[in-house]
Parts: sequence; C-alpha cells; structure tokens
Amino acid sequence: MSVATAETVEELKARNKALIKEVLEVYPEKTAKRRAKHLGTFEDGKPDCGVKSNIKSIPGVMTIRGCAYAGSKGVVWGPIKDMIHISHGPVGCGQYSWASRRNYYIGTTGIDTFGTMQFTSDFQEKDIVFGGDKKLAKIIDEIQELFPLNKGISVQSECPIGLIGDDIEAVSKAKSKEYEGKTIVPVRCEGFRGVSQSLGHHIANDAIRDWVFDKQEGKPARFEPGPYDVAIIGDYNIGGDAWSSRILLEEMGLRVISQWSGDGTIAELEATPKAKLNVLHCYRSMNYISRHMEEKYGVPWVEYNFFGPSKIAESLRKIASHFDDKIKEGAEQVIAKYQLMIDAVIAKYRPRLEGKKVMLYVGGLRPRHVIGAYEDLGMEIVGTGYEFGHNDDYQRTTHYVKDGTLIYDDVTGYEFEKFVEKIQPDLVGSGIKEKYVFQKMGVPFRQMHSWDYSGPYHGYDGFAIFARDMDMAINAPVWKMAKAPWAA
Amino acid sequence: MPQNADNVLDHFNLFRQPEYKEMFENKKKNFENPVPDAELERVREWTKTEEYREKNFAREALTVNPAKACQPLGAVFAAVGFESTVPFVHGSQGCVAYYRSHFSRHFKEPTSCVSSSMTEDAAVFGGLNNMIDGLANTYNMYKPKMIAVSTTCMAEVIGDDLNAFIKTSKEKGSVPQEYDVPFAHTPAFVGSHITGYDNVMKGIVEHFWDGKAGTAPKLERVPNEKINFFGGFDGYTVGNLREVKRIFNQMGVEYTIMGDNSDVWDTPTDGEFRMYDGGTTLEEAANAIHAKATISMQEFCTEKTLPVIKAHGQEVVAFNHPIGVKGTDEFLMAISRITGKPIPPELTKERGRLVDAIADSSAHIHGKKFAIYGDPDLCLGLTAFLLELGAEPVHVLSTNGGKAWLEKIEALLASSPFGKGCHAYAGKDLWHMRSLLFTEPVDFLIGNTYGKYLDRDTGTPLIRIGFPIFDRHHYHRYPVWGYQGSMNVLVWILDKIFDEIDRNTNVVAKSDYSFDIIR
Repeated sequence: MSVATAETVEELKARNKALIKEVLEVYPEKTAKRRAKHLGTFEDGKPDCGVKSNIKSIPGVMTIRGCAYAGSKGVVWGPIKDMIHISHGPVGCGQYSWASRRNYYIGTTGIDTFGTMQFTSDFQEKDIVFGGDKKLAKIIDEIQELFPLNKGISVQSECPIGLIGDDIEAVSKAKSKEYEGKTIVPVRCEGFRGVSQSLGHHIANDAIRDWVFDKQEGKPARFEPGPYDVAIIGDYNIGGDAWSSRILLEEMGLRVISQWSGDGTIAELEATPKAKLNVLHCYRSMNYISRHMEEKYGVPWVEYNFFGPSKIAESLRKIASHFDDKIKEGAEQVIAKYQLMIDAVIAKYRPRLEGKKVMLYVGGLRPRHVIGAYEDLGMEIVGTGYEFGHNDDYQRTTHYVKDGTLIYDDVTGYEFEKFVEKIQPDLVGSGIKEKYVFQKMGVPFRQMHSWDYSGPYHGYDGFAIFARDMDMAINAPVWKMAKAPWAA
Repeated sequence: MPQNADNVLDHFNLFRQPEYKEMFENKKKNFENPVPDAELERVREWTKTEEYREKNFAREALTVNPAKACQPLGAVFAAVGFESTVPFVHGSQGCVAYYRSHFSRHFKEPTSCVSSSMTEDAAVFGGLNNMIDGLANTYNMYKPKMIAVSTTCMAEVIGDDLNAFIKTSKEKGSVPQEYDVPFAHTPAFVGSHITGYDNVMKGIVEHFWDGKAGTAPKLERVPNEKINFFGGFDGYTVGNLREVKRIFNQMGVEYTIMGDNSDVWDTPTDGEFRMYDGGTTLEEAANAIHAKATISMQEFCTEKTLPVIKAHGQEVVAFNHPIGVKGTDEFLMAISRITGKPIPPELTKERGRLVDAIADSSAHIHGKKFAIYGDPDLCLGLTAFLLELGAEPVHVLSTNGGKAWLEKIEALLASSPFGKGCHAYAGKDLWHMRSLLFTEPVDFLIGNTYGKYLDRDTGTPLIRIGFPIFDRHHYHRYPVWGYQGSMNVLVWILDKIFDEIDRNTNVVAKSDYSFDIIR
C-alpha cells in the first residue's frame, strides 16, 4: 500500500507533525527544544529540508554518529592501499575500524599493500605522561625496516594526541627528510574534534592538500596527460563500487587516472591535479579537496550519482557534457549497451517491490543518492536523514525527496525506533548499529554503509545486485514467521 | 557484459570476469606505480625467513594486528549484563559508535549504549555539563533502572572526576538522588578490554556494597549459602552463561550471575525490540555481598574485583576459562566443595560422554601441532584442553597477557609431555604470530576472525574460537564451558581436521585412494 494512495500529502504532513511532537515529549525541555530543530517534513519548493544540521550531538541520547578519526582513518585515508596508516594513540580505535568498511583493493597485503592491517602505537600510560613523539619516530623506523615496500605513511591521531601536546608534524617532517623525502602525513583527526565524522573528512582532505599536493609541485606526471583524463573522487570501493563505476567511465572513452580513495595509491593521489575533470561521488567527504583543485590547479569538478539506471544515465551525460562529441557519443553507447540488462532486472524485480515504502538513515551522501535507485524499482522513500550532513546536503536533497517526506538529522536511537514503529515501512536502510533493532521488530533491513557484505551497488552491474538484495530483504520468508501461530 | 538479471553476479564473481581483470591490469600498469613483480616476490619470501622473524621480534614501538581491544569495550560488556542498565561512556562519542558496531558484528544483536559526546569545548573546560545533560537525557528517554558510567581515553587524559561529576549531576536533578549510577575509570591506555570488564565489575560491586558512593549506609554482610559467578569478558557469553546456569540448577546450587548478558544479546525476532532483556537485578547485585563465595571463570578478567570481594569476607576462587575434562572437573569440584552439594550423576554421565567423544576421535588429534592466540584465560583453557587431547600447542600468544600469565602458561606447558618444545608469547601481536607460523609451521591455528589473514598468508587452517568472530554466524550461542561446551570445542576442532583431510585427498587419480567415507 503506497503512501501516496493511502494519504494525501496534507495528511502525511499532519501525521509527521504529530509524530515529531510525540517523540519530543520524552525529552527534558532543553533537549526537546534542541532536537526539534533537527526533525521536520520536506515542503515542496523550499530551498532545503527545513532541519538544522552539522551541530553538536546531545549527550546521552544515543546518537549514531562517529568521530573525526573515523572520518579520516576509517573513510578517507584508510583505503589508500600502498601506504601504512598508523592509528596513533590507544589500541581501540584501530581495532574497531580494522577492515570493517570493506574498501576492496588488489594487492599483496603485508608486502606492497596494507589495507586490511591494523598498525597502532598502542599507547600506554607512560606515552600519555611523557608524550608519544619518540615512540612515533621509532614506529616509523620499524615500519621502514619491516615493510620496506610501503609508499608512504600517515599518522591518524586519536584523542590523546592533541590533548597531550605531541608534535606529530615535527616528527613527520624529520622522518620524511631522513627517508629521502618519503611521504609522511600527520593528520590531526582526534576524535573529540568537531561534531561527527564530517570534520575528519575535512581534516583528511586538508592533509592531502598540505602533505601530498604541495610536495608534488613542479614534478612531472608519471604518464603522458591526455584530453580525456578524469579522476574518481569520493568512491571508497565498498564491495567494489569504484570498479563498477570506473568501467563505465572507461567504456565511454574517458581515461581514469586516479581513484579516491578506494583501491587508491599514493601515485594516483599525486597524479590527480593533472586530470581534466574530477568526478565527485561523495560530495560530503571530498568536496573540500575538489574545490581546492579547482581553485589552485583549474581542474573543474562535477558531482555524479551512479545509483540506479535513471541517475546513472543522467550522470553519464552530465560528465560527458564536459568533453567533446566523441565522449558524448560514448556515453550514449554505454547507456544503450546496458539497457537490455537493466530492463530485464527491472522486469524481474519491480513487480516484487512496487509501492514498497523505505526509510533511510545513512551518512553524508546516500540518504539522497540512493533514492533514485529505489524509485527505479517502484519503491518510495518516506523518510530520510543524515548522520553528518551539512545544510548543503539538505539543499541537494530537495532534488530527490517528495513533498511530505519525514526528515531527521542526527537521529537518536529512540527517535528512529519510534518513527519506524509508527510509519511501518517495508524496509529500513541504515547501519549495523540499527540493523538488529529493526530486525527484532520484524522490519526488513539492509545495511546501506557496507551493503550488508554484498555489493557493488554502484554502476549498472551494481544496480542488478542492489535490486536482488532489496528483493531478498523484503521478500524473505522469515518475516512471516515472527509471530507464533498461537500468539494473539 | 557479464551481468544479467537471471544470474546476478556480485563481488564474489563479477570482478573475475575478463572485462574487470583487464581493467585492473591497466590501472595497475598505468597509474599505480606498482612495485616490480620480482621485488614483490623477493620481499614476500623474505618475510617468511628467520632473519625477518628476528627483526620482527626486535620491534619495540610498533604494534601490528594486535589481538586485544581497549578497556571501555569491556566496560560496556560488563554493564549490559545488569537489568535495564544503559552503559554511559563519558568522553568522545565516536568510541561508543565503535563499541556498538563491534558487539553487533559479533553477536548479530543490537547493543544499546550512550555517550556524553564531549567535543573541543569539553576538552578545554572538562565534561561536567555533558555529564549533567547526558544523565538527564538517558534517564528520561530510555528509562533505565541503572546507568553505569565508564570513560574513554579523552576524559581520562583531561582528568574528569566521575565521582564528583555524578554527585553534581544528582544535585542538579539529572537523576534522582537515590538513583544507581555506579562508575569506573576505564582508560584505554591501560590494559585491554578485560581490564575494563574488571574495573566496571569492581565499580558495581563497590557501589552496591559500600554505600553507593557515600549516599547510603554500607551493607552488612550476613553470609548465606549462595555463590556469585563472574564469567569474565567472553564472546560465548550467551551459550556459556546458560550452560553454567544449567549446571548450577542441576546441582541445586543457589547462585547469582554477576553481569548476566546472555539474554540481552540473544533476543527473539517476534515483532518487538527489547532494549533491555534479562540481566542481573540490582537487588541481586546488592545481595551478592551475602554470598558464601565468589567464583570467577576468568582470573585475568577479575584481578581487581576479586580482592575487593575477598575483603568483604567471601572466599574467592578463580579459574582460567576451563575447557575440557580436567578443567571442568576442577570447576565442578570447587562448586561442590564450596556449596556442599554433590556433583549429580547426570553430570558424571556427561563427563563420561565427553571422555567417550575424546576416545572416539583422539587418533585424529593426537600429535597435531597447534598455534593459539587470544585473551589470557582463553589461551590457558584451550592449551589445557589440547594437552588433554594429546595435541601440541606449539605457539601460545596473548597480546594482553602479562608476566603472571606467562608464568602460568609456561607451568602448564611444562606439566605435560605434549607441551615439550612449546612456547608462550605475552604482549605479542598477530604479525609476530605470522613469523612464528612461517618459521615454525603448525597444522592448525586457533583464534578469532582476524586469524583468517594468517590462514591466507601462511596456509595454516584457522579454527575460529575467540572474540570477535565476525565472519561466521551463531558460534556465540554455543557454550564452550562444561562438559557439553568442551564437546562443542572438540567438534569444531575435528570438523576442521576432517575438512583438511578431505581437501588433501580429493584429487582424482592422484590422492583420492585416501578419500575415505569412514574416518
């Protein structure tokens, strides 16, 4: 039963209003006031979604957000495969983020690539008391000795580093000099900085600017630059996403000189300012460096969306519009090439998914980016929100959501549970911390951070998997068994 | 184009198609500035050598692939075991997202836990306001019966005083004056997750027994016939605690499980989300002072808690994660001695069945070489069991094991002819283990999910026992304690042994004469 036929938009808005009012009643007054600003309903024609964002989370409410370290080490830097990323501080952060984001890469782990390894300085009390700089210097020496083929090192700061006054920049500079100009990148992504993962992305972007690009100036490219060179920015290759995207760009005649940062290398980072165009998938985490490359190197950037055939076709044409007719024709050929397969996927899955209602709550991109893919299958998004979106994300969201969609920013465990309970969607797409909560309630769920260990979801090849997985989630026989036959 | 609607290919097969392979080749050749193949090969081989092992073991500062986590994880593990309790972690919020994810990936269950979400301003001024607001919000929203406070390293570095903060929060009306807010400082730069478990258990015991941080009279111990039981940090807590309760019930023992998280991490899918389920009631936690004795299943998880309990006049007994015949015997005999309850014939029969199972399968295990890593107590329990099976635990490694553990495990190895030539390694990590497996190969490896990288690199088949287990489902529902639990461990080991035998004997007309149907 579709929302659109079940209720008018006005009824929908009234329901959302009542629902928001109801969840706010549980909070102490001060908290209710603060949370009210983050909950709302999208109104057609408005420039954003009518909620405040990128504001500190409230203590004790069970925010789903992470931290700056997660944004830098876990998202931006971690996937660079031929560098060693030191989780600098106590043992936990590196342990919990060890190989859990499924940033696929090809390489011989431990020898020339290091993506699924956990390097940490494992701070002890004495390191806190006396500072960890000497230890860091020694760690870099030991890395050089035991992992001689590493192409660079990054220092991912955990909370204590900034608090005890360590000078990781000085250590990095000194060691870089000692090792013939080796790339050693200090990153000040302590977890207490900022309000979420988001500042970590920004800090990580700035570190690339200051410690990779600036060092490269005046050095020649490792390849002959060409007219169709592009770089994929903001694809972390979760389950192979960047690969099922790259293949389309290459098929249309472009040359992908770099991938950021899934399956990426330091050489690719260094080459990027030579691109003719940066194509940006995750705007939230990498718009900073894209803007910088535009300002400093004159490389234009364009946002694209490779979720679902409608958005893919739109994006291919948008990217092609920056090039000549050869590439424009290439884009059309690619769209045509996949049409039959996509038609077959939709013919197979759409009847099984038509009219199903979905609620999303993801990070900084997918709360809007995946909507088109669901709509290609006849599904409908009735609620969405960002863990760490900013106002410009909510502005961009207006192009995706329908009038009357429930919007929740930095949702709390309590709010999300209540919203789902009341709205009764057919599917929830969120993260591992939410997955089992809704499973218990009998609501089908897909993890939309890790693709629930499936993927890729990007590109045409990925859409087929996406469709299969959504069907698998919603139409699994298990949901019919949740109630015992003898239970009322 | 490989993809099609009738047979959807996902990452397992999609990227093996020729189009993708060609793409990978081109990417590598043209843009990755790859290491030349010969150089790659040279270094790969070099990492397998004695020379590399020596350099690797000479490390003083760098840790690679450790088999331990930080204190606050253990704090959350302990806190969720009490009835309607929300763990409240004072410090940066990202940590809590990590603990929740980590546990959910292992148990495939929700894990509720809140943070005081401290940021830059709290780093400068301290997190008092975060505590005041946080406790009020948690109390109002989630209506817990208790909020158990622990810390992240950020709060520890800036030196926030939990006792004072909680007092002030109560004065400000965040929670009622008499409301239970036990606390423990759990710095991530001291010890590991097992230390965090210990600190929180100690904090909870002291809170309830010693006058609730000065807000209530201290309890007077009036000894009764009950025993208290601490399981310690345990990835099998769901199966294990239920098994222990079954054994106690069979013996007619009156008991209190301290921190019973076996229900909250095993809730049904029936249309309702239970944020709270089961757990040790607050009354039980308080009344545990009157018990006759306290049993800890894992000595190194309760190093601080047991002395506190002992000081209250109880006998305390600690085991090292007993697995197997002797370990279970000692456990049951201790329970019997303390409670005066005889070991019932049903349990004696279970023992006999385990012995029978070992006799059935001993020939396949005898003399097989094993490497083990994990938490200190688990390593001790598994080592003892392997020695009992006639296997050789060649390398035993515990990243969070210390000197006391090393002495204990060395004594255990020395106690058996099967421990001859076996070595224990305290404070080492899985990159050390990699060198050990290359230079002194063994037949099987026992460890957590991260051991799969060692399995891949060194060809040592991994038997998954430990925490976390992310890439296999439902192990945590099985006990590994008691005779029945030991049977599960035996079966897991045997399954891997038989799988390997079949894998090594299934080549047609080459080795399949040994591809027996009866083993």
